[in-house]
Amino acid sequence: MKKLAIAVALGLTMSAVSLQLLASPVKVGMITTLTGGGASLGIDIRDGFMLAVKQAGNADLSVVVEDDARKPPLAVQIADKMIQREKVDILTGIVWSNLAMAVVPSAVAQGKFYLSPNAGPSALAGKRCHKNYFNVAWQNDNLHEAMGSYASNEGFTKPYILAPNYPAGKDALVGFKRMFKGEASGEIYTKLGQKDYAAEIAQIRASGADSIYFFLPGGMGISFMKQLTQSGIKLPVMGPAFSFDQGILKAVGKAALGVKNSSQWSKDIDNVANQAFVKSFNSEYGRLPSLYASQGFDTANLILSAMKTADVKDADAFRTALLAANFDSVRGDFKFNANQHPIQNIYVREVIEENGILTNKIVATALENHGNVYASECSL
Amino acid sequence: MTAILLLEQLLNGLQFAMMLFLMSAGLTLVFGVMGLINLAHGVLYMVGAFACAIIAGLTGSFWLGLLASLVAAAMAGALVEVGVIRKLYRRDHLDQVLATYALILIFSGGTRWLFGAFPLYLDVPQILSTPVNLFGLLDYSSYRLFIIAVGIAVALGLYFLIARTRLGMRIRAGKSDREMIAALGVDIRTLYTLVFALGAALAGLAGALLGALQSVEVGMGDSVLILAFVVIVIGGIGSIKGAFIGALLVGLVDTMGRFLLPYLFALVLPPDSAASIGGALSSVAIYILMAVILIVKPKGLIAANG
Repeated sequence: MKKLAIAVALGLTMSAVSLQLLASPVKVGMITTLTGGGASLGIDIRDGFMLAVKQAGNADLSVVVEDDARKPPLAVQIADKMIQREKVDILTGIVWSNLAMAVVPSAVAQGKFYLSPNAGPSALAGKRCHKNYFNVAWQNDNLHEAMGSYASNEGFTKPYILAPNYPAGKDALVGFKRMFKGEASGEIYTKLGQKDYAAEIAQIRASGADSIYFFLPGGMGISFMKQLTQSGIKLPVMGPAFSFDQGILKAVGKAALGVKNSSQWSKDIDNVANQAFVKSFNSEYGRLPSLYASQGFDTANLILSAMKTADVKDADAFRTALLAANFDSVRGDFKFNANQHPIQNIYVREVIEENGILTNKIVATALENHGNVYASECSL
Repeated sequence: MTAILLLEQLLNGLQFAMMLFLMSAGLTLVFGVMGLINLAHGVLYMVGAFACAIIAGLTGSFWLGLLASLVAAAMAGALVEVGVIRKLYRRDHLDQVLATYALILIFSGGTRWLFGAFPLYLDVPQILSTPVNLFGLLDYSSYRLFIIAVGIAVALGLYFLIARTRLGMRIRAGKSDREMIAALGVDIRTLYTLVFALGAALAGLAGALLGALQSVEVGMGDSVLILAFVVIVIGGIGSIKGAFIGALLVGLVDTMGRFLLPYLFALVLPPDSAASIGGALSSVAIYILMAVILIVKPKGLIAANG
């Protein structure tokens, strides 16, 4: 009996070893925003991703990183180069939905996998979903839906809503309105990259709104919050995590204190993987991770988990392995929907001051095991 | 829509215009006097904002930061002029564009290397952080009023400098005939450095003033630079007066467009598509304005040098 057990154990180890040996190396091409406006987002995604790669120490996984400077044509060029010359197996990294729309459809059509660590435009979740396209972060509407639902529950009846005029901005306001019971007192689409919101703030003041919901990622949100505070408008402010995340809270300053924001991740989510991630990210880079970093980290771990059971050259097997999402997400429970976007909890966080640093604390769960409405349109 | 809202939007437009004027005054001076296309002007805006954020962060005083922004941007401008630009005056515009574009990359890369890619914190000074009540009608940000005042003061100061001082006379002379003024024994090289540093200081001032309202980050000058070019093309390249009028036009058209166009579309369309189409159209409104003005007046509203 004992001999048999040893033989079985040995056999299992052998097969594990041979699997490891057989597996072909995986080359990941990361296209992300490392310079210019919004660079802090791409840098966090990259750093989170590379931290997971470093921790895994898997010699079969190699990563090439290039900067798209938030320019769609440049992202397309880099993608072509990575596919044709670098022969990558998997692409990832894009922060912005307009860049994702420019790169993803052609990359997946060429048989490459694309794992989105951030952008989740509705167009790629519904009719144009693709078997090689996975979103590890969220569908764009998700965080906004959560805040819409939360705003209703909190008894707000006339929020003023605004977002930039680009695919994710439209998804944002559509998502918010989907879950909000009632009518917004006004909505504005601003120019992407706009820094002065005086005109919009004046309209908010005149609208008689009882609260403000805004989606303005990166520097846009910093500008908006500062200007809103100076205008003397004292309405409750809500937003998705993007405008209140770790990377930019310092620049927003105390104006952000008390703001409620929705996120699928927070550094105080209590699970082993998350606590370890926050700690190791902080010691590796000397700053607290943001949700972007957590998404990069999860994306890398998803790839690593798939590499354990499947060979990337066998696309169908690798796809099944990815779909199983057999990894310890820092968000806790994580699984893929039929359209290969996450099903996950979305929390409401509040900006607090902790040891002199502005950060977030979870105050409620807005949506539990939330998928997205586009799954039914997807034929996968 | 009420008259009060309209008034507030007019003030907003005016404040935006003053910021644009600070940016474009330097640009148009440099082009008018030296015939140089300076794409690196936006970089000086960033230098000003960073200097202000850093000094304000260290000393706790916004006003020291503001002073630092002037000094830092003027010094950066003078260094750039002596080190790089001086070799470009006799070259054609393409070389100038290439070299000053390279300066953008160098400064942006250098700033990121020194301060990182995360935005810095800069807030308005305490005394201007609360809104003031105007005519008992509306509360308006005192800081934005301050920017309007600074813009008008700079405009008057520049007018005085150029129309009434010896330096201004030389600048005007340099504009109309470079060889002649050199032949008359004016040290044209120092004059150029001075003008360039002056333009740089104004851009730095704009960066610091706006940095307190917006985010201080690498690349913040790029979009402002495009607007500044629109302003000087509309106003007539090389003319300070033109830059002032151009800035007023662009500032007001942009702000009022963002505010009124969605309203107009809402009369005929459902609210969300009105917001979307109005938003899209208002973001190109100033370019339409520029095209129309260039069709009517190809040299801009106030053509410099006759």
